[in-house]
Amino acid sequence: MINIPSTLKIAFRALKVNKMRSALTMLGIIIGVGAVIAMLAVGTGASKRISEQISSIGSNLIIIVPGATTAGGVRMGSGTQPTLTMGDAEAIKKECSAVSDVAPVLSGVAQVVYGHQNWSTGVVGTSPSMLTVRDWALSSGRSFTDQDVKSATKVCLLGQSVVDNLFGDMNPVGQVIRIKNVPFTVVGVLAAKGQDPRGQDQDDTILVPVTTAQKKLFGTTFPGMVRIIMVKAKSIDDLASAEKQINSLLRQRHRIGPKQDNDFTVRNLTSVMQTAEESTQIMAILLGAIASVSLLVGGIGIMNIMLVSVTERTREIGIRMAIGAKTWDIRLQFIIEALILSLIGGIAGIVAGISSSELISIFAGWTTIVSPFSIVLAFGFSGLVGIFFGFYPAYKASLLDPIEALRYE
Amino acid sequence: MALIEAKEITKIYRIGEIQVKALKDVFVTIEKGEFVSVMGPSGSGKSTFMNVLGCLDKPTSGDYLLENIHIGGLGRDELAAIRNKKIGFVFQGFNLLPRTSAMENVELPLLYDGISARERQEKALEALKNVGLEGRGDHHPNQLSGGQQQRVAIARALVNNAPLILADEPTGNLDSKTSAEIMELFTKLNTQSDITIIIVTHENDIAAYSRRTIKFLDGRIISDDKKEKR
Ligand SMILES: Nc1ncnc2c1ncn2[C@@H]1O[C@H](COP(=O)(O)OP(=O)(O)OP(=O)(O)O)[C@@H](O)[C@H]1O
Ligand SMILES: [Mg+2]
Repeated sequence: MINIPSTLKIAFRALKVNKMRSALTMLGIIIGVGAVIAMLAVGTGASKRISEQISSIGSNLIIIVPGATTAGGVRMGSGTQPTLTMGDAEAIKKECSAVSDVAPVLSGVAQVVYGHQNWSTGVVGTSPSMLTVRDWALSSGRSFTDQDVKSATKVCLLGQSVVDNLFGDMNPVGQVIRIKNVPFTVVGVLAAKGQDPRGQDQDDTILVPVTTAQKKLFGTTFPGMVRIIMVKAKSIDDLASAEKQINSLLRQRHRIGPKQDNDFTVRNLTSVMQTAEESTQIMAILLGAIASVSLLVGGIGIMNIMLVSVTERTREIGIRMAIGAKTWDIRLQFIIEALILSLIGGIAGIVAGISSSELISIFAGWTTIVSPFSIVLAFGFSGLVGIFFGFYPAYKASLLDPIEALRYE
Repeated sequence: MALIEAKEITKIYRIGEIQVKALKDVFVTIEKGEFVSVMGPSGSGKSTFMNVLGCLDKPTSGDYLLENIHIGGLGRDELAAIRNKKIGFVFQGFNLLPRTSAMENVELPLLYDGISARERQEKALEALKNVGLEGRGDHHPNQLSGGQQQRVAIARALVNNAPLILADEPTGNLDSKTSAEIMELFTKLNTQSDITIIIVTHENDIAAYSRRTIKFLDGRIISDDKKEKR
């Protein structure tokens, strides 16, 4: 019975009569929908960035550094006492069931020369398992091997930034560079990782066998001493047990009594980062929720204008009723009008939301991601707002008494 | 079967403590094809009577049958359907939709009857032709004279082939020449299409077009005269 094309036509005509009023009412929805989309885009962008950074450090990663921490935080001198050894690293690999791989780190800063180019960078002495621990791929060449570590071969893997600075577009594999004046053969190039969560370039690095680093680059007083041990747990669920196992193993190996503090610190990077990710997600939801309040306010604007419209058009409603409009003919007429306002506002709001997300990422430099989900959500929500806030005015209109309505001046 | 049978109709308005008896024990029977005028002083209950006949209002007591249908037992939407199919209204103030073409105004009853756009157009064109407004379909009410607007309203009342047209002071806002034209149009519709027409008027000249005059005083019918010759 209800004629949709004519109802649409009537609704559009009614909205056109008060162009300014309709436009202002829509503006409320445009701002609401736009704000929801932009806020969700900022939130999604932030959590995406953090999760990218988490995976760039390497998943399920635990870092062991020398020196103790107290409940209050890192104690002075943490990481400076020479307490961790290659033996510790090997023991962790052997004894801790929750651990899948271990890589020692003996690092320092060194001057690197190739031809006339020179560059100062971090050199990391480690084992080939570093690549699996940190989920690091090679973009060309090969990794050094356990054999290279055993025989302290002078080979190295270059990070992408080092390649850019020393070689430009040239292929470095097979070339010889000098690190602290010691010649090293480049056997492979690491795939680019980008910045770490602290904003440091992870590609500005050189990996060499840990033994070579000890003997030729960063000679230490105790042979076999390392600066850091990096550990990969078998899975995200194994992180906690890996941490526990490492703790008790190292306390035992370092002969630490039950009442003594650790002389090392185990840091679970993944869980730290996950907390950060979760809190950005909560932030995103919060931002979206705050923005949806403005959508609600826009909806109240629609209701307000529809109530005014019903009053202004009382006589028209009376005429329609006298001529045979039924309850739902009248209701739908006003609901559709409200729906048109909110849906057109919604579409314009999507455009506004996408463009303001763009502007935010251009001017504030934040990563923003407009997800299709947020568009569907905002559009659907604006439609619901239209129906919800349009219903009461429509209901009121349909209850008018035709005689009174016809008499209305 | 009579088109309209009103039995013992009473209408009481209550405003707080005060009761206004707008209609008292009204008995009327109107056959199909009659042309009736309703007269009486202001406040005598003419409009109230027309609203009851038009199914816009229900009597406080009494029985109203339109084409043998008991109107008293019907709900809001059923009354709307009866008004849509069986009754055409013509008002003193025309009551056309503003900013809406004559054509669309005339189509309106068909719209609420679920009739297709094409059929609506055909019927509306025919109705406009019937009231002498061919070619004026695109005009909006504010582009038409009072007489023309009333013709559009009459076309709207005709378009659904309703057997009954109710007109409450249809010439109240028109000059005497235009009034005469409108009354001639009603007469033509009554004689040519056998449409039952009931008009309320204060003027004897207007009532003279009808063939039966019902007079109200204080909510009661005080006279009901039929002219025999046609
Ligand atoms: N909605 C209402 N509420 C209360 N009283 C009403 C209402 N409508 C009509 N009345 C009263 O009912 C009586 C009849 O009114 P009605 O409108 O039928 O008179 P009328 O004959 O049409 O008069 P007029 O010639 O002035 O149009 C009047 O006394 C009027 O005050
Ligand atoms: Mg009256």
